[in-house]
Amino acid sequence: MPPIPSAALNARILPASTPAELLRNFCIIAHIDHGKSTLADRMLQLTGVVDARAMRAQYLDRMDIERERGITIKSQAVRMPWQVGETAYALNMIDTPGHVDFSYEVSRSLAACEGAVLVVDAAQGIEAQTLANLYMAMENDLTIIPVLNKIDLPAAQPEKFADELANLIGGEPDDCLRVSGKTGEGVLELLDKIVELVPPPVGDPNAPARAMIFDSVYDSYRGVITYVRVIDGQLSPREKIVMMSTRATHELLEIGVSSPEPTPSAGLGVGEVGYLITGVKDVRQSRVGDTVTNFGKPATTALGGYRDPQPMVFSGLYPIDGSDYPALRDALDKLKLNDAALVYEPETSVALGFGFRLGFLGLLHLEICRERLEREFNLDLISTAPNVIYKVTMEDRSTVTVTNPSEFPEGKIAEVSEPVVKATILSPSDFVGTIMEMCQNRRGTLLGMDYLSADRVELRYTLPLGEIIFDFFDQLKSRTRGYASLDYDISGEQVANLVKVDILLQGEQVDAFSAIVHRDKAYAYGVMMTGKLRELIPRQQFEVPIQAAVGSRIIARETIRAMRKDVLAKCYGGDISRKRKLLEKQKEGKKRMKQIGRVEVPQEAFIAALSSDGDSKDTKK
Amino acid sequence: MTPPATPATPWLLPEGVAVGASERDLGVYLHVPFCSVRCGYCDFNTYTATELGGGASQASYATTAIGEIALADAALRDAGLPAREVSTVFLGGGTPTLLPAHELARMLAAVADTWGLADGAEVTTEANPDSVTAPDLAALAAAGFTRVSFGMQSAVPEVLATLDRTHDPARVPDVVRWARDAGLAVSLDVIYGTPGESEDQWRRSIDAVLALEPDHISAYALVVEAGTKMAARVRRGELPMPDGDDEATKYELAATVFDAAGYGWYEISNFARRPQDRCRHNIAYWRSHDWWGIGPGAHSHLGGYRWWNVKHPRPYADRIAAGTLPLADGEHLTPAQREDERILLGIRLAEGLDVGAHLVGRLPGLVSDGLLQAAPARDGVALLTLRGRLLADTVVVRLTD
Repeated sequence: MPPIPSAALNARILPASTPAELLRNFCIIAHIDHGKSTLADRMLQLTGVVDARAMRAQYLDRMDIERERGITIKSQAVRMPWQVGETAYALNMIDTPGHVDFSYEVSRSLAACEGAVLVVDAAQGIEAQTLANLYMAMENDLTIIPVLNKIDLPAAQPEKFADELANLIGGEPDDCLRVSGKTGEGVLELLDKIVELVPPPVGDPNAPARAMIFDSVYDSYRGVITYVRVIDGQLSPREKIVMMSTRATHELLEIGVSSPEPTPSAGLGVGEVGYLITGVKDVRQSRVGDTVTNFGKPATTALGGYRDPQPMVFSGLYPIDGSDYPALRDALDKLKLNDAALVYEPETSVALGFGFRLGFLGLLHLEICRERLEREFNLDLISTAPNVIYKVTMEDRSTVTVTNPSEFPEGKIAEVSEPVVKATILSPSDFVGTIMEMCQNRRGTLLGMDYLSADRVELRYTLPLGEIIFDFFDQLKSRTRGYASLDYDISGEQVANLVKVDILLQGEQVDAFSAIVHRDKAYAYGVMMTGKLRELIPRQQFEVPIQAAVGSRIIARETIRAMRKDVLAKCYGGDISRKRKLLEKQKEGKKRMKQIGRVEVPQEAFIAALSSDGDSKDTKK
Repeated sequence: MTPPATPATPWLLPEGVAVGASERDLGVYLHVPFCSVRCGYCDFNTYTATELGGGASQASYATTAIGEIALADAALRDAGLPAREVSTVFLGGGTPTLLPAHELARMLAAVADTWGLADGAEVTTEANPDSVTAPDLAALAAAGFTRVSFGMQSAVPEVLATLDRTHDPARVPDVVRWARDAGLAVSLDVIYGTPGESEDQWRRSIDAVLALEPDHISAYALVVEAGTKMAARVRRGELPMPDGDDEATKYELAATVFDAAGYGWYEISNFARRPQDRCRHNIAYWRSHDWWGIGPGAHSHLGGYRWWNVKHPRPYADRIAAGTLPLADGEHLTPAQREDERILLGIRLAEGLDVGAHLVGRLPGLVSDGLLQAAPARDGVALLTLRGRLLADTVVVRLTD
């Protein structure tokens, strides 16, 4: 029997009245498929909060997409009782998002904890994103408990990776716990270690309440559920609270803890982690990183670290069937309720019709949004090539912010600046040359290189964000046979020689294909896109030039030769029905044609041109 | 194979097919579904076996087809169609001349006995250059045939070989002469765009056709039809896919040379020396007149109703033997569909198509694109230019969408 505390002991760890020294707040840092969720599930089971029957694999990951991809997008917190010796403790496990796009959410989750369990696959070793989150946890002075998971796997090399971890975080390789989330081996010991090593939270119970929001989730029945960590003071049911960034006030309709189903409590005290329900319907009214305080006895200073989410990657999203536009609008309005980082505004494209320009935290965020729109709202969508945000300074010193190539200004431009990132790539050392070549081609600057172990290398680069949002990740994966991992963090801006390349069809600009690229790459983009369109656009009854242009200068040209013959040579009695049906099909097809000047282009051609090398769904799994 | 269930009542033509019938000619198409060899490019409904069993053999075919003529006559009467003499008869295939001339004569006689032949009726049979003799042609002429259309296809042996045509090109002048001696008008069918055919080879075929001084020429672009042996050879890379640009060049060459030689186009693929040499039977298709198609897989049209017979000769024969019309399926055209057909068929003709007041506004754009001739367009008539003849599908879509 695992040590689940008795009722008498449990009475000491009731929410709202648990002494801080009996609390342990920790998170799990792990790469996507290193078994975090399985390990978390095992903890839920061993601590008795979920019985085996109710166990759903990866209990904490709610959304289907998360469960299918095996990744966590939205973090949550679960309170688990655990007994060590004669004392009952309340453990709060805070699940962290596992992807670079959500690093701000990760930072808030980490800020809600005193300790972090670093989970690394014993067969694969640490990956770049995990490393980035680990460094963030170390900066936050969290106690790190290194764990090698999946030791049941035949390919596991716990000794090798224990050395690697010891090198990274200090300490001895023997400090690394060896567990298997799958079999449960070592998990009891891990829970004990958490109690032993993670420091209890510290706060002032008599101060005005200050609680940090580390997650905010929209629930269609209950409205927004806000997850908080109380730093000082106490929050109680029915009281009025204030969001310190906006000064908005709300009434606490419900307060409680997840174990793992939401359970109302008498409140939340110092160091405790739980949820709030105020009846708001939009996660924007309850933002991650904000500080919650009492209305009657408000704190004067907010907890640090709050930041508005900044969209970094933009893309146009269009319904393939134009009549789905209202459905797309409604779907975005709903999606926004659950995604404070999602921004969008209507956009019209000659080629693609009515749609929206969306801003995302990053590429995964983009993909997840698109997939949710397609799946949950049953929409067929096409997205334009993603781009980053550019600042264009004109010679008269005025500036223009460009989130869409079509907004790129004409006229005398003094300079253009683009966002850059610090990228960390972990890879087997065999692929160093390949990776360096890739980064160089994408205007990367090598910052440093370290060997994590004899055959694993960490490469640090500065790269323009615009160079990695297109296909960098896929290329990296395919050129390193899936072994390399990437993490990046926005590190600032740089001035670069960037130009807008336009694509012209018989002299008419096709908006969806304009791109902002480095001047050295403009020609390559022009040749690629004109060549692609030449293949995809059917011949017309006149010659159609396809040109790529920078400003008024043509840099590439292809020609679709005029179609000379379309008629079936014979048409007798037995051919007539067939011929009429063909005509009906042609007329139907013509309705779906987009007219660019005099050129008729099937929408499928635009879609194919946009998606043929942007489509990476299969390669990422 | 079991014959299809026999309907309790004979099949009735739908109401309305009689409306306006007296304004329309009645034609008869007789399909002969037999060949000695199946050509690689051919997707017509034809069979090479002499004995298909169950009354579907070549020997009994004429009798079976005559059975359908009797059933057709009854159906026309039941539908209240006025008695009309037949203006044109066309025997196609397959290779009609694979049957003995007296069998073809018997089928024609059945048509004449049933409905009567109009004065000056046009009666055509298709023929392979290697399947007829001088006596055959004389016998056909004596039986009332007025016209013969020879499947010459090419004058170039290599091209004929690619097409699986077995006749000796040297024999063509003979059969043309025999037909003329018998008093038959002569049409020659040629195909351009055969895989591997050079422009020069096509030019040789054009010259050979003109040297024979036929009354009428049909020139078709080769279409590689799905399911044919040729389609398989193209797919395997043994033959190149015919190229649309090459076909366009060859069409322009042929149309220009024919025209210079006195053969004006009267339909996209058809050229005649004089107006009276035009094939009236085919014009009836493009003008949506009435015709009854006799034989397996034959298509018919009566006043906006189209139907087609079962394809295989054996169930066809079974149905005739059971006293029912052998139709497979049909479609009753809506007014919009009839209008579509009026345009897509009528646009093919050199006499032009009176588009109607509602479409006149679309003509100037087609004129300025070089697809229609300017002068007739001013009178509301769509008449294709040479370029427009090659892009007739585009013109039709722009007139009907």
